[in-house]
Amino acid sequence: MADTAVAQRRTTVSQLDQWMVQDQVFRIYDLFANVPRAAQTLMLELQRDNHLEYLTQGLKQLGPSFVVLDANRPWLCYWILHSIALLGEPIDYELENNAIDFLNRCQDPNGGYGGGPGQLPHLATTYAAVNSLVTLGGEEALLSINRTKLHTFLKRMKQPNGAFRMHDAGEIDVRACYTAISVASILNILDDELAKDVGNYILSCQTYEGGIAGEPGSEAHGGYTFCGVATMMLINEANRMDLAGLINWVVSRQGVECGFQGRTNKLVDGCYSFWQGGVFALIKRLHVGVPLTFSDVAGDHDTDSSSEGEDTAENLYGDDDTCGHGGDCSSSSHTKIVGHPEIEPLFHSMALQQYILLCSQVQGGGFRDKPGKARDYYHTCYCLSGLSICQYSWSRDETSAPLPRAVLGPHSNLLEPVHPIYNVVLKQYHQAHEFFSTS
Amino acid sequence: MDSDKDEGETVLPSQRPDFADVIPIPQDDGPNPVVPIAYKQDFVEIMNYFRALYLKDERSPRALQLTHQAILLNPGNYTVWHFRRLILEALNLDLLEELDIVEKIAKNNTKNYQIWHHRRWVAEKLGNDATARELQFTRKILSLDAKNYHAWSHRQWVLQALGGWEDELDYCKQLLEEDAFNNSAWNQRYFVITRSPLLGGLKAMRNSEVNYTIEAILANPENESPWRYLRGLYKGDSESLVNDPQVPSVCLKVLSVKDNPVFALSMLLDLLCHGFRANQEFRDLVAGLSPSVPDEPDSDLAKTICSKLEQLDALRANYWRWRKSSLPRAIQDSKN
Repeated sequence: MADTAVAQRRTTVSQLDQWMVQDQVFRIYDLFANVPRAAQTLMLELQRDNHLEYLTQGLKQLGPSFVVLDANRPWLCYWILHSIALLGEPIDYELENNAIDFLNRCQDPNGGYGGGPGQLPHLATTYAAVNSLVTLGGEEALLSINRTKLHTFLKRMKQPNGAFRMHDAGEIDVRACYTAISVASILNILDDELAKDVGNYILSCQTYEGGIAGEPGSEAHGGYTFCGVATMMLINEANRMDLAGLINWVVSRQGVECGFQGRTNKLVDGCYSFWQGGVFALIKRLHVGVPLTFSDVAGDHDTDSSSEGEDTAENLYGDDDTCGHGGDCSSSSHTKIVGHPEIEPLFHSMALQQYILLCSQVQGGGFRDKPGKARDYYHTCYCLSGLSICQYSWSRDETSAPLPRAVLGPHSNLLEPVHPIYNVVLKQYHQAHEFFSTS
Repeated sequence: MDSDKDEGETVLPSQRPDFADVIPIPQDDGPNPVVPIAYKQDFVEIMNYFRALYLKDERSPRALQLTHQAILLNPGNYTVWHFRRLILEALNLDLLEELDIVEKIAKNNTKNYQIWHHRRWVAEKLGNDATARELQFTRKILSLDAKNYHAWSHRQWVLQALGGWEDELDYCKQLLEEDAFNNSAWNQRYFVITRSPLLGGLKAMRNSEVNYTIEAILANPENESPWRYLRGLYKGDSESLVNDPQVPSVCLKVLSVKDNPVFALSMLLDLLCHGFRANQEFRDLVAGLSPSVPDEPDSDLAKTICSKLEQLDALRANYWRWRKSSLPRAIQDSKN
C-alpha cells in the first residue's frame, strides 16, 4: 500500500506531457500579455486571406504525402469546403462544378459514397460527401445525391442491435450511428426502421464519467460524445441520457490551456473546440443549462423542430438517478425571463477563442492541434467550426446575430453560424432542408 | 505466404511475368478532379493493378500480395483491406501469419481504424488460439502509448469475446502504479470490475474499490480520474453514495489540506444534491477556504460551495452559477 502511494507521487508520463504543453501555451499567452494593444489585436486577428489561400490551394492540388488520405477524399472536400463557407467566401463556379463531378464519381451505383472513385461506400465518407454537397448548395449539387439508393445503403449498414456498420463487414461504433442518422436526417429519408434501437446503443456507450465512448465499455471521448449527443437529438431521445453527468464531464474537459482535451487527463487539441464545444450548442437546443437569462419565446426559432428533434429536459437533477431524496425535484432550471436576447454558455467561450486564435491558428494559413504541430485541413475545419460555435454561444439561437462582445478579436473575425447537429453552415442547412422536404 | 513477404513488398506488378495478363485500370478521377493527390508512380501502378483484380474479384495468391503492397503505401484504404479478407477466406490461409503481417504494419500506424478492425476479424476467426497473443500484442502497443484508444477497444473486445480476464485487474493496477493520471487505465479498471465474469460485479467489488480509489485520491487530490471513478462506483445507486461514510470522509481529508479543493468541493456538492446532511465540520472547512464569499448565508452549504467553486474554478464559473441556480429544492429548503 505504501509503495503505491509513493509511486503515485512520482512525476508520471501524463504529468510530464501536460506540463510541456502547458509551458508552451503559457509562453504564448505571456507574450500576448506583454505586447502593446495594437499588436494584441493583430495577434487575435483571423488571417482570412491566408486561410482562404491555404484552403483553395488544397482543393486544387495536394502533395504526395496526402496518399495516406487517399481513402478520405470526400473528407478533404468537406474540411475545405466547410472551412471556406465558415469564412463566408464563395467558391468559384468552375471549382464548384469540379467538386460536384468528383463527388459523383465517389458515389457507389448501389448507394453511398466511398473514399475515392471506385472505393467501397463508407458511412463516414458518405457523411463528408453529403455535407460537402449541402455546403455547395444549389440544385445540381443536391440532385446529384441518389437518395433512394442511399437509403438502401443505410439499411444495409443497420445492425440488429440498432447500431450501424461503417461499410460492408466494417466496424460498428458511435461514429457510424451519427454519420448514418445525420445523413438520413438532412436528406429527409430518416424513418423508424433506421432510427430503431440506435438510442439504446448510444445509451450503452455513455460511461461512468458522463461522456460517450466509441463502443460500450470504452473510454468517454470528445469525438464520440458529440456524435452520440447529436444522434440522440436527431431521434428525439436526448432526455434518455444522463444529461447532468454529460454536462459535468464536457464542462470539465476545458483546461488551463483554455482549449478542450478529448478525454480526462489527456492533452489539449484544437479539434475538440468543435467536438466538445459543439456539445454545448447541442445542449442549448435542449433548453437546458441556460438558467440565468434564458428566454423561451416559443416558436420563433425552432421552425424545423420536427426534423431535427428538439426535445426539452426541464430539470437535469430531477430524475430518479440524480435526485434521490424525496425533495421536490421540480425546482426549475428553466427560468423563463421573456425578452432576453442572450444566454450565457456553460463553457468559457472567450478562453476557447483565445486558444484557437493564439495557439491553433497558423499565421500563414490553416490551424493545428497545438503549438509545435503542423497545420492540416482536419484541424482547420474543426478549429473554425469551434470558433463559430463560440461566437454564437451567447445568442439564443444561431439565427440571431452575436453581440460584438461575444467575438474575441476584431469584428472581422466573425464567421458564419453553423447548424451544430450536422456541422454545416446554417444558411446551407436551411436550403437543403427546404429542398429535400419538397422533393 | 513466404512470397507475400519477399517479392510482394518490392517488385512492381509491371515487372512481374505472372501479372502479364492483367490490364491495369486507372482511377476514374474525371477531367478536373478536386483534392487531387500528386501520387508517386509506384502507388499509381499498384492501385491500377489492384483495381483490375478487385473488379474481376480475383481471390488469388497474387491478389493477396498486391493488397499487401497497396496497404503498405496507404494503410487507410478500407476497400483494400476488405478485399484482402475476402481473399484470405477464399484461400483458407494460415491466419497466424496474417497476425504477423498486421503487427508489422500496425507498428507505424497505431491509430488507424482499418488495421484494428482487420486484427479483430483475424482474432475472431482464430478464436481461443488468439487470446494470449492478442493480450500480449495490445500490452506491447500500450507500453508505447498507454492511452491508445484503438488498442484499449481491441483489448476489451478480446476479453469479452475470447476471455483472458485472470490478470486484467493486476494489469490495471500496474498501469495505475506507473501513472495514476492514466484515465484509460481507470476506465479499464471499471470495465473489469463491472464486467469480469470472475469477479462479483460492481456491488461486490465496491468496498475494496472505494478503498483503492481513496488512496489514489489522497496521493494526488488534483487528479480528476479517481474522483470520477469514485462517483462511477455508485452509478445508479445514489443512496449508497450518500450513505457511505467513506465518501464525505475523503472530501473532508482533502479539504483540510486546502491545496486542491475543487474536486472535493464538487463531490461534496453532489453528495448534498443527493440528500447528504453535512455537519458543522464541513461547514467550517468550506467557509475557511479562501477566497471568502460573503454573499451566501453560512447555513446554505450547497450555495456556498457553488460560490466558492465559481471563484476557485473560474474557467467554469458559468457552470457553477448554473448549478447554484438549479439546486434541488430539497436542499434549498433545508437551511437549518
